[in-house]
Amino acid sequence: MSKALNTFTNGLLRENPTFVLVLGMCPTLATTTSAINGMSMGLATMFVLVCSNVVISLLRNLIPDKVHIPAYIVVIASFVTMVQLLMQAYVPAIYETLGLFIPLIVVNCIVLGRAEAFAAKNNAGLSFLDGLGMGLGFTVALTVLGAVRELLGTGMCFGQTIWADNYGMLIFVLAPGAFIALAFLMAVVNKLRK
Amino acid sequence: MKRLESNLTNMMLSLTLVALVAAALLGGLYVMTKDPIDQQKKQKQEAAITSVLPQVEGMTIAEPETADGMTLHKAYKDGEWIATAVETEENGFGGKFKVMIGFDKAGNVVNYEVLEHQETPGLGDKMTAWFKNTDKSGQNILGSNPADRQFIVSKDGGEVDAITAATISSRAFLKAVNRAYNAVGASPVQAATGASQKAVEETIAGETAEGVNNESQAAGNAETPCTETEQDNNPQID
Amino acid sequence: MVYFLIIISAIFVNNIVFSQFLGICPFLGVSKKISTAAGMGAAVTFVLTLATIVTYLLQKYVLVTFGLEFLQTILFILVIAALVQMIEIVLKKISPSLYQALGVFLPLITTNCCILGVAILVADGTWAAKIPGAEAGLLQGTVFALATAVGFALALVLFAGIREQLAMSKVPKTMEGTPIALLTAGLLAMAFMGFSGVV
Repeated sequence: MSKALNTFTNGLLRENPTFVLVLGMCPTLATTTSAINGMSMGLATMFVLVCSNVVISLLRNLIPDKVHIPAYIVVIASFVTMVQLLMQAYVPAIYETLGLFIPLIVVNCIVLGRAEAFAAKNNAGLSFLDGLGMGLGFTVALTVLGAVRELLGTGMCFGQTIWADNYGMLIFVLAPGAFIALAFLMAVVNKLRK
Repeated sequence: MKRLESNLTNMMLSLTLVALVAAALLGGLYVMTKDPIDQQKKQKQEAAITSVLPQVEGMTIAEPETADGMTLHKAYKDGEWIATAVETEENGFGGKFKVMIGFDKAGNVVNYEVLEHQETPGLGDKMTAWFKNTDKSGQNILGSNPADRQFIVSKDGGEVDAITAATISSRAFLKAVNRAYNAVGASPVQAATGASQKAVEETIAGETAEGVNNESQAAGNAETPCTETEQDNNPQID
Repeated sequence: MVYFLIIISAIFVNNIVFSQFLGICPFLGVSKKISTAAGMGAAVTFVLTLATIVTYLLQKYVLVTFGLEFLQTILFILVIAALVQMIEIVLKKISPSLYQALGVFLPLITTNCCILGVAILVADGTWAAKIPGAEAGLLQGTVFALATAVGFALALVLFAGIREQLAMSKVPKTMEGTPIALLTAGLLAMAFMGFSGVV
């Protein structure tokens, strides 16, 4: 039980993929123009991460070592395509906002990284928890970054106006703001971890 | 259970199996989601068209036509043309943007909807709402008409206030509206039903009766000069 | 003329790292020294251009022909992975010196999202929306891919130059490492924003 709990919280805190491992930076910076966008991206990645972790863990003994990478890529890419099709069919607005970064989940280092480092060595249950923890950690990080950028950049949070109308340090919604906001968030996390 | 050995048969077999299962699953899902995806696209297009046209019950939209690189969606009620939605593209600040603009019979802008854009967030992308803010008459273009009011940013001597700190986006947007207006104005249907231009209306008032005849063709020609003057404005907008 | 616009747009105005956010992982990972940054930039330029041509042809003559566009992601990533392997083998045989220079970076490139990202942009033709007059075809698409890769290499080398200096300066403890690198990248991105509207 404690091992399961450990596996789950590992991705959330100790090895948070964004703030600690610094993986998957492209979607982190690109899709966090608002809290909602960041959360959607995080959830889409979490779905792929959980599914691919479970499937790869189930298949881990059936796939010979020398071809494990291509096999894993096929599994991951299949789940990404599923997310693409489902999002296009049922949440087209979000699919359009996130655009290119949905297919690019395939090359998100977190997904292949967890498949290699965890799912290939552990059973399906633990892999599921690992995927869930890592996915949640990623989602939380993206949502927080999105909320900070949205709040500083437009004075809104989750689409609700918080500050007066014409407010805006626009730079935070634009490209440089992504780097700067993430830099300071990471510094805060560094401080808290010590 | 021990991991399978990396010999050729095993490798081929496992990879083929994985690929086959993945392809089968995806194919299935594709078939399942095909209809909803097509429907979503269609709905989005229809929603955009109806949102820029006047709300009239029992209105039907004709098959799209193309004119001057733009797509015209004409709306009819009881067989009579009442409004047109124009879908057009223009180069903005960050790249091409697509906008759907609705004009009523008199050529007034009913509403517009920016469908796709690459404008800067927080600056140029304000165009999605800026020109239909009915609280600020300087920037609102709804209900007015490029023939009565110069659809040029005030900085360039026109009568529309540009988006703060996004003059290029504003110019491009107004250029798109002017082009769309010309496409509607130049279409013979409008001439046949009596266009907005007062001058034209006076000269051809008696002639544009029911049905299209030779005289109303002439009315279409009579309007051409107006259209050209509109086009002459465009270079200034640049 | 349009090729000039494409090149300026892809290198400066819509720089892949600073305004498109593609390829951030190698951008942060291999930018500690100018020499490695240049090596990575060259390897990416090489692979990106080749991969774009191959995937564009596959998209046009296989996926679209058979109505299988939904398999784009899975096919592209496999093709890119295979292509990188092939380039590695061929380089090793033909030009050992080039292999020595680029070899270390090649395995890293498969999961570099700017390769797959640009391949998808060119295959779908969406890249052309940002450049007036550009049309999504093979030739212009390839020029775009090449210029994008040059933009990536430029960003990487610029950033590495700054980081070499940064390594010698005193940085507050909590900002050490990635945070200060990100902050620097943010300032560079701000500089690149000055190019917006040029094309």
